[in-house]
Amino acid sequence: MARRENPEINAGSMADIAFLLLIFFLVTTTMDVDSGIARKLPEKQEQQQTNVIVKEKNVLDIVVNRKNQILVENEIVKVTDLKRLAMKFIDNGGGIGAPVGDKPGEPCDYCEGDKDPNSSDHPSKAIISLQSDRGTTYGMYVSIQNEIEAAYNELRDNLAMKRYGKSYDALLQDYEDNPTESLKLKIDDLKDKYPQIITEPEPLK
Amino acid sequence: MSKKGMPAISTASLPDIVFMLLFFFMVSTTMRETDLLIKKPALPVASEVKKLEHKSLVSTIYVGKSKDARIAGDKIQVNDKIIEVKDVPSFIYSERALRKEDEVKFMTTSIKADKEASVGTVLDIKEQLRDIDALKISFSTAKGTDLSKNF
Repeated sequence: MARRENPEINAGSMADIAFLLLIFFLVTTTMDVDSGIARKLPEKQEQQQTNVIVKEKNVLDIVVNRKNQILVENEIVKVTDLKRLAMKFIDNGGGIGAPVGDKPGEPCDYCEGDKDPNSSDHPSKAIISLQSDRGTTYGMYVSIQNEIEAAYNELRDNLAMKRYGKSYDALLQDYEDNPTESLKLKIDDLKDKYPQIITEPEPLK
Repeated sequence: MSKKGMPAISTASLPDIVFMLLFFFMVSTTMRETDLLIKKPALPVASEVKKLEHKSLVSTIYVGKSKDARIAGDKIQVNDKIIEVKDVPSFIYSERALRKEDEVKFMTTSIKADKEASVGTVLDIKEQLRDIDALKISFSTAKGTDLSKNF
């Protein structure tokens, strides 16, 4: 005399309840943003670094004030101009590069810049300096960081296309899918050709 | 006369399917662990973003205005409380203690700051992180190409 499941209980409304719960979850869960601009901070030096003589022309000074105005080499610029200016500066190749081990520095054979003697010598010596004000908005700071990163990425892309027929991004993607030694060498080489040298002095009060 | 609505197909398994979908969503969505004591930071937009790897090794620092509009200035929140800039190192140490030794060097700090926040606060946090050798950081941003909304 076991009770059979009589079709008196309408199973159709169970589906409705389940759908409602599902829609509730779909609507209320927030997907946390998990992307951002990645940065590696420079290590803290124990004592003051022995004075490395840096030529003024090898430094691109970017200064931002609390009104979010950007000054590059004594000219007010817009954020959107920064990438072009940074690329021009880094890729200039007006002189010789940093010495590698025992070998003296060599001129840049992959640079496509103007070779202006008043701008940077070599991408390995090109320093970008970002001086902010404590009152600058974070949005502007991130935008500048983004444009600088974009400049390096585009230079690396161009070189990667020339040498390997693939963009730097594509190489990184490939490496993620399939980390081979040769890919790593190519990526590291591109990073060496355009190293990110960004310095941020103390913010203005 | 046609059928009175007595389906030959049993609908009793329909809620089973739906429950399975439901459980899938319940399990796969990331649950935010913290309730924000500050106003939800409006993240800026950037194009050169990288996804955070090893989500389990990410410590998040929120920076934004307090929910109470009368309190001015940027507040820093970690986990579930508001802290001062000088407490950031102890937060990072406690995060390191929770992870395995060999994972510590892969830890990243994600800074989720409101786009109106002052750069001074963020640079102070960066300085503190540098002092304790937590060198991998990520400025949390949404992916996009229109930078004009950032300021």
